[in-house]
Amino acid sequence: MSGQYLVDIQEERLSFFTPAGEVKALNNVTLQMREGEVLGIVGESGSGKSVTAYSIMGLTAQNGKIVGGSVEFNGHKIHEMSEKELRKIRGNEVSIIFQDPMTSLNPVWTVGNQIAEAVSLHTDKKGRAAMARAKELLELVGINEPEKRLKQYPHELSGGMRQRVMIAIALACEPKLLIADEPTTALDVTIQAQILELMQELKQKLGMGIIMITHDLGVVASMCDYIAVMYAGEIVEYGTTDDIFYNPKHEYTKGLLRSIPKFHEHDYSKLVPIEGQPVDLLNPPKGCGFAPRCSNCMKLCLTHKPEKNQYEGVHYARCFMQQKEDFLKERGEA
Amino acid sequence: MPKYILKRAIMSLITAFLVATLTFFVMNMVPGGPFLSEKAVTPQAQAAMEAKYGLDKPLFQQYTTYMTGILKGDFGLSIKKRGRTVSQIIGTKFPVSAKVGGLALILAVCTGIPLGAVAAFNRGKFIDNLLVVLSTAGIAIPSFLSSTILIYIFTTKLKWLPSLGLKDAQSYIMPVVALALYPTFYMARLMRSSMLDVMGQDYMRTAKAKGVTTFKAIFKHALRNAILPVITYLGPLLAALMTGSFIIEKIFNIPGLGSEFVSSITSRDYPMIMGTTIFLAVFIIIMNLFVDIAYAIVDPRIKLK
Repeated sequence: MSGQYLVDIQEERLSFFTPAGEVKALNNVTLQMREGEVLGIVGESGSGKSVTAYSIMGLTAQNGKIVGGSVEFNGHKIHEMSEKELRKIRGNEVSIIFQDPMTSLNPVWTVGNQIAEAVSLHTDKKGRAAMARAKELLELVGINEPEKRLKQYPHELSGGMRQRVMIAIALACEPKLLIADEPTTALDVTIQAQILELMQELKQKLGMGIIMITHDLGVVASMCDYIAVMYAGEIVEYGTTDDIFYNPKHEYTKGLLRSIPKFHEHDYSKLVPIEGQPVDLLNPPKGCGFAPRCSNCMKLCLTHKPEKNQYEGVHYARCFMQQKEDFLKERGEA
Repeated sequence: MPKYILKRAIMSLITAFLVATLTFFVMNMVPGGPFLSEKAVTPQAQAAMEAKYGLDKPLFQQYTTYMTGILKGDFGLSIKKRGRTVSQIIGTKFPVSAKVGGLALILAVCTGIPLGAVAAFNRGKFIDNLLVVLSTAGIAIPSFLSSTILIYIFTTKLKWLPSLGLKDAQSYIMPVVALALYPTFYMARLMRSSMLDVMGQDYMRTAKAKGVTTFKAIFKHALRNAILPVITYLGPLLAALMTGSFIIEKIFNIPGLGSEFVSSITSRDYPMIMGTTIFLAVFIIIMNLFVDIAYAIVDPRIKLK
């Protein structure tokens, strides 16, 4: 264990082996997080944000494999562990909330049964004791009439309630890390706010670290300490929430921020979408993954991968624009 | 639940009534009659026989007489089997068919469901491909062919099993296997596709994320969901198997209801046709009711109202 980190991913490369070929989903992802921190991973579909987080609990689809680098969590070398060893960690030290609460609960078992299952898998509480704990958990996540809810089936609950149940399952063994994979995407806006509030409250109460996977920058702004922006299987920019929002360095991050609606500034100008399509990871580009969609793309960007530009503190970005600016500055001064 | 069953019972009675009425009139529209096949009957003798069975009366009167008879539990006399009532014949023939069919059903369920599940878990591997080939063959081969092949192998060549009748336990093997072949593989395919579907569901990922063992994921989380389509198929299957297969019963010379039913039609044994049709209709209705109840037990989302 590299000491102080709860999650320590070094140069992780992960590929999915499909009939069409090797899909390089993650390319040298390095990411660290300490206990009790909230890390946001943002990016569009297929950027590798979910794959990165899932690999922390060894939850990769069958055809996926870590082909390089290391993934450590809470002292465990995840990339070297067997399925059996991973099972002891999953739902215990690290757990996850999925995007769609409508389909993430098993329709033929009661809510109580599904929460109690998570409890009894990793603790000594079995049977009635597990059910009692399940009731506590339902109270914890703010579900009224927990006694009654325990005996209900998922289809009898609303979407927001089901997501609360998912959170209850995730918190069953008080994990050190909670991964939330777009936990609010499938919910109504009012319910979204409630769920985020609940998560914040629970974080304060239980002190676990949270990884928020989202494409909604509003969500990360309100919750996260650090943000990693992912594109084409790489972390293109990383920094504190303030760094990312007030001092974005990568063209993609800037594009993302431009595409947020601004209601408070009386700014009725049109939103600026990021044009183009995400890259095809079957044939990853030679240069910067974002180059084909970048409005400031230079020749260099198409042929070379940009190196890390370190800024103040932890903030870094991989974008040649910095080099260009530096060069122009130097020449101007010279 | 009791209210639901009562409602279904009433609906079943209406269905049975409609089946009886329709069968009665369609049956009488078909040319021919029960006494035509018998050689050289004098017109007087034929008239006397028709009078005995009430066939000389107007059709509608025959219908009302028959229906009131049913209400009293009287299905009439068989025309072809002199001196025996339809109820007696069904009473002796049905248990034979039900025994063979029941065994075939148990065999089909106990092999088809696990086969399908195993294939799903080994998708794309040898065992899965083998099952796909086998099940295509099992579904495509008609039962008269599979029975003949079985008889050729086990009776003619190996001389292990008897080919006719139901004298001892051994003699059940071939008819049961021949009868079970199609439903086994059909269920295996059904189970395979439904299992594959379930394994891709989000709740299976949730189970994995909880740290559930593979065994528990399969038996607790997957099986109960995957079995739902199979249960739906079970209703009609149960009725089809239990009431006897004409082909199997003919080939293995089994005195069952299936062959009795078909021969009653060819010989225009009107009371026998009516009796078996109504019996089969009611049986199928009851089996479907059982399946619906089973469905509601397995799947809590289904409410029987």
